[in-house]
Amino acid sequence: MDPLISARGLTKRFGDLVAVDGIDFDVAKGEAFGFLGPNGAGKTSTMRMIGSTSPVTAGTLRVLGLDPAVDGPRIRARVGVVPQLDTLDMELSVRENLVIYGRYFDLTYAEAGRRADELLAFVQLTERARDQVEPLSGGMKRRLTIARALISEPDLLLLDEPTTGLDPQARHLLWDRLYRLKQRGVTLVLTTHYMDEAEQLCDRLVVMDKARIVAQGSPRELIERYSTREVVELRFPPDAAESMDGRLNGLADRVEVLPDRVLLYTANGDAASAALHESGIRPESTLVRRSTLEDVFLRLTGRSLIE
Amino acid sequence: MISGPARVLEYDLHLYRRVWRGSVVVSFLSPLLFLAAMGLGLGGLVNRSAGGVNGVAYILFLAPGLMATTTMQTASSESTYPILAKVYWERTYEAMLSTPLRVRDLVFGELAWLVVRLTLVAVLFFAVMLVFRIPRGPEAALAIPAAVLNGLAFATPILAFTATQTRDTSFSAIQRFLIMPLFLFAGAFFPIAQLPQVLQAVAWLTPLAHGVSLVRGLTLGTLTQSGALVDIGVLLAYTLAGGVGAAITFRRRLIK
Amino acid sequence: MIASLPFGRRASRLIERNLLVYRRGWIIIFSGFFEPFFYLLGIGFGIGSLVGNVSLGAGHSVPYAVFVAPALMAGTAMNGALYDSTFNLFFKLRYAKTYDAVLATPLGVADVALGEVTWALMRGSLYSLGFLVVMAALGLVISPWALLALPAATLIGFSSAAVGTVATTFMRKWQDFDLVIVVTLPLLLFSATFFPISVYPAPLQAFVQLTPLYHGVDLIRGLTTGNLGPGLLVDVGYLVLLGAFGLAITSRRLQHLLLK
Repeated sequence: MDPLISARGLTKRFGDLVAVDGIDFDVAKGEAFGFLGPNGAGKTSTMRMIGSTSPVTAGTLRVLGLDPAVDGPRIRARVGVVPQLDTLDMELSVRENLVIYGRYFDLTYAEAGRRADELLAFVQLTERARDQVEPLSGGMKRRLTIARALISEPDLLLLDEPTTGLDPQARHLLWDRLYRLKQRGVTLVLTTHYMDEAEQLCDRLVVMDKARIVAQGSPRELIERYSTREVVELRFPPDAAESMDGRLNGLADRVEVLPDRVLLYTANGDAASAALHESGIRPESTLVRRSTLEDVFLRLTGRSLIE
Repeated sequence: MISGPARVLEYDLHLYRRVWRGSVVVSFLSPLLFLAAMGLGLGGLVNRSAGGVNGVAYILFLAPGLMATTTMQTASSESTYPILAKVYWERTYEAMLSTPLRVRDLVFGELAWLVVRLTLVAVLFFAVMLVFRIPRGPEAALAIPAAVLNGLAFATPILAFTATQTRDTSFSAIQRFLIMPLFLFAGAFFPIAQLPQVLQAVAWLTPLAHGVSLVRGLTLGTLTQSGALVDIGVLLAYTLAGGVGAAITFRRRLIK
Repeated sequence: MIASLPFGRRASRLIERNLLVYRRGWIIIFSGFFEPFFYLLGIGFGIGSLVGNVSLGAGHSVPYAVFVAPALMAGTAMNGALYDSTFNLFFKLRYAKTYDAVLATPLGVADVALGEVTWALMRGSLYSLGFLVVMAALGLVISPWALLALPAATLIGFSSAAVGTVATTFMRKWQDFDLVIVVTLPLLLFSATFFPISVYPAPLQAFVQLTPLYHGVDLIRGLTTGNLGPGLLVDVGYLVLLGAFGLAITSRRLQHLLLK
């Protein structure tokens, strides 16, 4: 089967600034696909090109088998977009936001209204239907934006940092709704700089850094390929960490010294921690945990993801 | 005691620093153009047909009237949108109240700012009148504080009202049903005596009629003592009543 | 399929959105009819009683209210369209980001531009209709040609909106709009609005005749007073050209601004 999205040498330039530098990727139907990377890596530019609201500078891009340069309106008719910042219409009520958006997709009033009510229930906003948008909480606005993106029953849903700035409870509610959409066969493409979000939601992801793709695979594959099974996190008093570097080297497969902590990459965290203790090193705290995508990113770019 | 309002005033001055250039140019150019067009152009027709108004050339009658309407308009715009932004849209006051500042500092600070802003507008307008050689004698400069007082008589009641609002829709109603009719009918363009009897009585209940009368009397040196006392009394009454109102509505809105 | 919808129908969706917003704000639109009423009474009759009659040239002479009313109608049409296409548009572009959401749907930049301009013209025409009705009620319309003053006012609105939109696409901050005031105020005051341009010296008269509102005022005054002549066709041609020129630049500028 043809991929739903296919990019070859995809490039976006703003004047001299190269925002996306010749990237290749495919997204299959029904998949949840993630772009992971820090701010400024080129994720949002890529999303906007897929949503065909931003012209491609060079390379080829096919969305739903169509070329955005020629078939922008036909692509946008089948794609739902959740932008990084909510662009809700503050002059309309919660329900009107959905109905009018549906009208942009040429739904009849009756149909737009029926879907709006259904979606309000889906994102748990039925009680706020008649309210103004402005006083809603951040999480509610985000859910309304997702409902709005679904009003056209899109084949493809683009989510740009869907949970940035939300509290943990609101994030889990959103993840649950997105998971249900995926179960229904909607293809999800999302950007995030949260590792747990990528691990929770994505079947497959690409790691972006400085406008390029530096790795791709499933979360599990990436962790296996670029990290060890476990990590020991050590904290030392300020300035002490740097002097530890040489003494820690033999204790793990790889040692990363960060400004606020030291990471020991090893297959067996408890063993490394015991060896550390025996050699007389006394960190302020020691934590053994499993590797995450954060470690993958650190390995690939030499920087931590959230700075 | 004074430092609280001073901090709020400082904040407003800081905001104004970004826009002062355009604001000063507009506050000087508008009266210049207005007086040239309505005072000289239209005034020419009036002088030819009616021999001026109340015994003086039309531009002499019109200019001080426009000075009063100008401070009214400045007062109205300064005490609506920017204040609602601080009360509600940007919640500036909420941030200020989490410091040692108190609600009364906000009210006095904003009033101090309005005095500064109105004085600037009045001085620029007076300068334009000098260009047209309108003021009669040095005492005419008293028209500046008179115009500021006229502005305050509008600013404080509107300030009190704004603090009760969550949307800006009522502001265009204020503009349409209060500011605009007063601009046209409260004696700036033609004598109130031309209005039907009932409307004359209504006009004299508004601050602008007294503001126009006071500024005109001072500019042209025609003021009587009793007239001045009535005008100043009415303007002060509006200003004080509005100030008390603002203190109440600010407190009710901001302290929960 | 929506993508194949005709251009105009897609743009009309944006008008629906604005209608829905204004359904709650109808009282604002309604109260807009009071504005001409106040203006005509205050300036037309209040100042008018001090002025008496004004010559329209060629021996014609009319009461001041009849002279000034069409000018106020033209000035209001220009002002309303400029307000919509500068302050309102800037707010939607920069702050409300209204169009960012719209452009993620099948609607494109051209649909947005057409929809907004049409909306502004609809609103402006409604005001002009109100103005004309109030004028007629006060006895200030003295020719049946005045019916054509309505499309004439819409034409003024169209030219002003086109030029205003171009200006807005170059604005970076609110203070830049001081420029709009600095340009429109002299237009409103000196375009034969409140007094005939015969009070100016000849070179200044020639200059005023080059400015846009002069032609708007001349056109509407000619129609409401029945003072017809070939000059009115020049007025129409001037305004049409100005509007078309503005529209051409607008769509290029908006493309540049919205599709990055």
